[in-house]
Amino acid sequence: EFRRFSLERSKPGKFEEFYGLLQHVHKIPNVDVLVGYTDIHGDLLPINNDDNYHKAVSTANPLLRIFIQRKEDADYSAFGTDTMTRKKNVLSNVLRPDNHKKKPHIVISMPQDFRPVSSIIDVDILPETHRRVRLYKYGTDKPLGFYIRDGSSVRVTPHGLEKVPGIFISRLVPGGLAQSTGLLAVNDEVLEVNGIEVSGKSLDQVTDMMIANSRNLIITVRPANQRNNVVRNSRTSGSSGQSTESSLPSSTPNILGSVLQGEEESDEEDIIIEDSGEPQQIPKAAPTSESIESLSQIELLHESTQNGFLPSSEMNLTHSAGSISMEYEVPEPGRKSLEEDGTIITL
Amino acid sequence: MRRFLRPGHDPVRERLKRDLFQFNKTVEHGFPHQPSALGYSPFLRLMAIGTRSGAIKLYGAPGVEFMGLHEENNTVMQIHFIPDQCQLVTLLDDNSLHLWSLKQHGGASELREEHRFTLKGPPGSPPSATQVTAVLPHSSREVLYLGTESGTIFVVELPSFRVLEDRTITPEAVLQRVPEDNCSRRSCELVEALREHPKNPDQILIGYSRGLIVLWDLQNNKATHHFLGSQQLENLYWQRDGSKFISCHYDGSYTQWPVSSDNRQPEPLENTVPYGPFPCKAISKIYWQTTKNGLPYIIFQGGMPRASYGDRHSISVIHGSQQTAFDFTSRVIDFFIIFSSDPAAEFDDPSALVVLAEEELVVIDLKSAGWPAVHPPYLASLHCSAITCSHHVSNIPLKLWERIISAGSKQNIHYSTMPWPIDGGTNIAPDPPQRDLLLTGHEDGTVRFWDASGVCLHLLYKLSTVRVFLTDADPNDNMNTLGEDEWPPLRKVGTFDPYSDDPRLGIQKIYLCKYSGYLAVAGTAGQVLVMELNDEDAEHVVDHAEADLLQDQEGYRWKGHEKLKTRDGPVRFEAGFQPFVLVQCQPPAVVTSLALHSEWKLVAFGTSHGFGLFDHQQKRLVFVKCTLHPSDQLALEGPLSRVKSLKKSLRQSFRRIRRSRVSSRKRRGGGGNVSEVQEANAKFDQEALQEMELAPVQRKIEARSAEDSFTGFVRTLYFADTFLRDSSRHCPSLWAGTNGGTVYAFCLRVPPAERRMDEPVRAEQAKEIQLMHRAPVVGILVLDGRSTPLPEPLEVAHDLSKSPDMQGSHQLLVVSEEQFKVFTLPKVSSKLKLKLTALEGCRVRKVTVANFGSCKTDDYSENDLAVLTNLGDIQIISLPFLKLQIRYPCIRKEDVSGIASCVFTKYGQGFYLISPSEFERFSLSTKWLVEPRCIVDMPEVTSNNHVHNKSGTENAARKSSPGDCGEDERKSGRLMEHALLNDEKVLKEIQSTLEGGR
Repeated sequence: EFRRFSLERSKPGKFEEFYGLLQHVHKIPNVDVLVGYTDIHGDLLPINNDDNYHKAVSTANPLLRIFIQRKEDADYSAFGTDTMTRKKNVLSNVLRPDNHKKKPHIVISMPQDFRPVSSIIDVDILPETHRRVRLYKYGTDKPLGFYIRDGSSVRVTPHGLEKVPGIFISRLVPGGLAQSTGLLAVNDEVLEVNGIEVSGKSLDQVTDMMIANSRNLIITVRPANQRNNVVRNSRTSGSSGQSTESSLPSSTPNILGSVLQGEEESDEEDIIIEDSGEPQQIPKAAPTSESIESLSQIELLHESTQNGFLPSSEMNLTHSAGSISMEYEVPEPGRKSLEEDGTIITL
Repeated sequence: MRRFLRPGHDPVRERLKRDLFQFNKTVEHGFPHQPSALGYSPFLRLMAIGTRSGAIKLYGAPGVEFMGLHEENNTVMQIHFIPDQCQLVTLLDDNSLHLWSLKQHGGASELREEHRFTLKGPPGSPPSATQVTAVLPHSSREVLYLGTESGTIFVVELPSFRVLEDRTITPEAVLQRVPEDNCSRRSCELVEALREHPKNPDQILIGYSRGLIVLWDLQNNKATHHFLGSQQLENLYWQRDGSKFISCHYDGSYTQWPVSSDNRQPEPLENTVPYGPFPCKAISKIYWQTTKNGLPYIIFQGGMPRASYGDRHSISVIHGSQQTAFDFTSRVIDFFIIFSSDPAAEFDDPSALVVLAEEELVVIDLKSAGWPAVHPPYLASLHCSAITCSHHVSNIPLKLWERIISAGSKQNIHYSTMPWPIDGGTNIAPDPPQRDLLLTGHEDGTVRFWDASGVCLHLLYKLSTVRVFLTDADPNDNMNTLGEDEWPPLRKVGTFDPYSDDPRLGIQKIYLCKYSGYLAVAGTAGQVLVMELNDEDAEHVVDHAEADLLQDQEGYRWKGHEKLKTRDGPVRFEAGFQPFVLVQCQPPAVVTSLALHSEWKLVAFGTSHGFGLFDHQQKRLVFVKCTLHPSDQLALEGPLSRVKSLKKSLRQSFRRIRRSRVSSRKRRGGGGNVSEVQEANAKFDQEALQEMELAPVQRKIEARSAEDSFTGFVRTLYFADTFLRDSSRHCPSLWAGTNGGTVYAFCLRVPPAERRMDEPVRAEQAKEIQLMHRAPVVGILVLDGRSTPLPEPLEVAHDLSKSPDMQGSHQLLVVSEEQFKVFTLPKVSSKLKLKLTALEGCRVRKVTVANFGSCKTDDYSENDLAVLTNLGDIQIISLPFLKLQIRYPCIRKEDVSGIASCVFTKYGQGFYLISPSEFERFSLSTKWLVEPRCIVDMPEVTSNNHVHNKSGTENAARKSSPGDCGEDERKSGRLMEHALLNDEKVLKEIQSTLEGGR
């Protein structure tokens, strides 16, 4: 079921008060719930303290959509980047948790509070001198922020050591994604871009490849400074290693495995606006793998949109055990009239 | 299962691919870039042109073309045909000599380099001792005389290039009998000219640069006559009977000298400065041609008054009281006269003057009154105004073809009717399979229609859009209207005119409907003209409309050029394509895309601001759509115009640099400092390399955003009758793709034919697709139920195409610079994609659907995408499954203008500019191949050259009498075959025999 009510945007109050308000509105005073909201990128993010509550209210534009789940039925994997787009249907996750007979995850430190921005992947299959880094441009406003150049490196060949041309990182933009991850550094040699070797390709070709993959960029580098590489003498985990610098959803390694085979479809979905004027992601025709299929829709608020009410056709949520969906309108004091193509809100 | 369907693993498909695709660069059309030398063989009736990049091209009758390339890629300085042979010698600027010959191979002649040779002096001698300045192939065909900078004349044997040292003519030997006071050792410093006596092969005339001329007896190895010229010598020419010769000089004078046995040191008969009395420029080459009526033709290059006409490139023809100085717009490289080559003939009787200028070939008919120009069937100056765009239309219906030719012939009335005088060799290529038109748009607002069916790219018709507009230049300003008493009597010839009056007139997009004869042309200042073919002259008003593409976007200021002013009132148009509608985009930015639907009578156009649709039947603007992102300031201010002007100024300054280089590169400057130059170059390279190491080139890696510049730039427009809204009803639609990866689809309502004028055309936006990778959309295509691309408008109506399958579901193919994507229709769901850039790092520059037929069976053909990438590769991608079939490297990736100029045909051929003036033609198809195939036959009777054609025909007539052609022909040997080749019928017979044999 869903509820709709308004909040004062300028004075959102504390999370505790808001939590109480939710319990009151839904008449569930003694039920422990997890509160989540969808941010502008379509990610389902949790609300569990004052800071992320304030962030959530401030991003409402003007609608803030809140999902409430009973704590014991909660599916943590629903949170994270691209959850709304990659999963078959977030709502089905949320509304019918019994479809997912997964064991509850071992929660160490609520990694779901954060959105991954980068990760080291395929640690188990790469030589120790190499590092494969994934940058998640999607879901962050930060620029990728690095430059590449031509250079030469030394390779071991059947004819002995040979100097060969290579591509190197030449500069990191301060405050950019590449710099903030700490995983890439100036003079690191770029060996692969999304699984494709760069040797024999020109600087411009590699640039084009990186930009074409910029939403889900995976670069394999040979770091200039090899001392920081993790020494791996035991592979006890059995699964691919994950970076300690950042967190990522548990599903990432599987997806990446397919990325490198060139089968990956998750990085981008084009948007179609039919004559009704509502942009939505273009579904894949004749789906072969339904698990990746995205049926979620994105609503784009146009200049013409007077307020944030959703067209009724999209509000076919049914009441389901343990889950309640609601939406709130946050009145915006002094709200400027929306400009151009607006912001994307995910249901 | 999918694994087995991959094309790479399917042997059947692999075999089929071999039958379908094959890459060949077939022929170069147009005028050679930077020509540097000219040669002509009166015996073969072939002309040879050498270029500064070391290419050598031979031309004869239309279709007879050969090309060779010197490995050294050095400038060709001189070309000399060996008399009465299928051989020629070239001299390069590195002082090397090359012997080329035309040999028969596989039924066609081929040009091959046989030998190369560099003259070597005795050890320790300076390089100038062997620097070749003059070449004389002797009529004996056994030796070459090589005049050098040192004044020594070396004799080398042919074809071995062995130096015959005992026959060397040294300056010392020459000076033996010259009086001391007239000549010093320095008189014989540089051999400027070597000429064989026309009657006596044992005598050669040697002209030295300082003015001394010597007649040398080869038999007795001594000088028989000395001619003491006072002026610096430029060139020599024998009169036909050998009784006199002419010398021309640096001061603009020419001198006639008598040759008689009694006077061994004659005085000049006549010394003239034709454009005196003020100082004149050098006459660098002269011909003296005798005629039956006694008045000679004196034809010379240069000699203009230095102060007032020193900058002209002229060739003067004097015949009795007639005198004309043909004035060329570019430097004259060389020229020759076509005259009677029969040694028995008493007079020269010149028929044509052939001039190779730096940018064009001009042939003047000397037989007809007024000396009109002859329209060349090849070597067209494509760049007479810079090419700004091109458009190819395959398989032109005969009716339209004839109408275009007839419109063109009315423009060519001032040309001579003389048949093309350079007619050597025989074209044995099969007739072109179809009539193809190549349309080129030019900077000066003209569109040229070229016959691109065969090997000779030939101008059919020229269309100018200038008349519609008011420009600063007065169209009646004619350079030729010089008064009667003008001196010198200059006459402008040729078509090369690179200077555009107004860059806004430049043509950017062309679309021709070959069925209806409607033509749409769009230009630099946002002008869109719709034209119709009219066989008569007509005077009418051009309907004028404005399309405000910014609509309600307020507060923007266009800082680019202004729109073109139109002419009020009726305008007179000559027969041909006549404009009837003009739409001007506001702001007047460059038109970046254009589409015409002749059946619906609609024209769509797009700029960097948006796109619009115009109904040219009702002459009404249907709608406009602004595609501009509000933050895109650059597009608003019109930087394109600035970019353009920058490009232009760069080009002009390059042209200036090139000019000055040419003029400073003196002929004699070559020898001594070659190694120095090379050293300096190497040093420079080294420095540049070091500099690069210090400041490496960087590339920024950043995701594209919606705010990037020029996202609204409309890249492609496409009309389709398809299922846009629901799967039960199809309707006309217009699709537009932008630089920012957006595709707009508009549903159109076109009233039925009977109410076409009464009801307005309506349009409604139906879809908008945003590609998330935001790469520019370069192609949109709808595939019908059989996955075949929709036919062109009116194609079905003319029974030239199967009607599209409207039963099965249609698919939409969107090609961006980075990806190919297939979507379903009417509900847009993505079905397939090929991510080119992510996988290979290359981007799509050009894409077309091409039909490929199998060379093995006539009944198989398929449609594929022909794609040119920014790396210059050509890829063929299958439809509808988007599988890469094959890849060929075609253009160097550094050749940006070559890649930008590429145009594909509908049958797997293509053209791209290899220089501003030359199209390279290539073919991807095994079936459609247009390449030169020709035979140059050695006339049997070498003493009686000019009759070879006639005797050939007689032979053929005798032999091709009905009945005995089959068996006899096969038995007849090579010689006979050559003789017969002049007869078309016999030719076909031989060809079929040859083909049967294979």
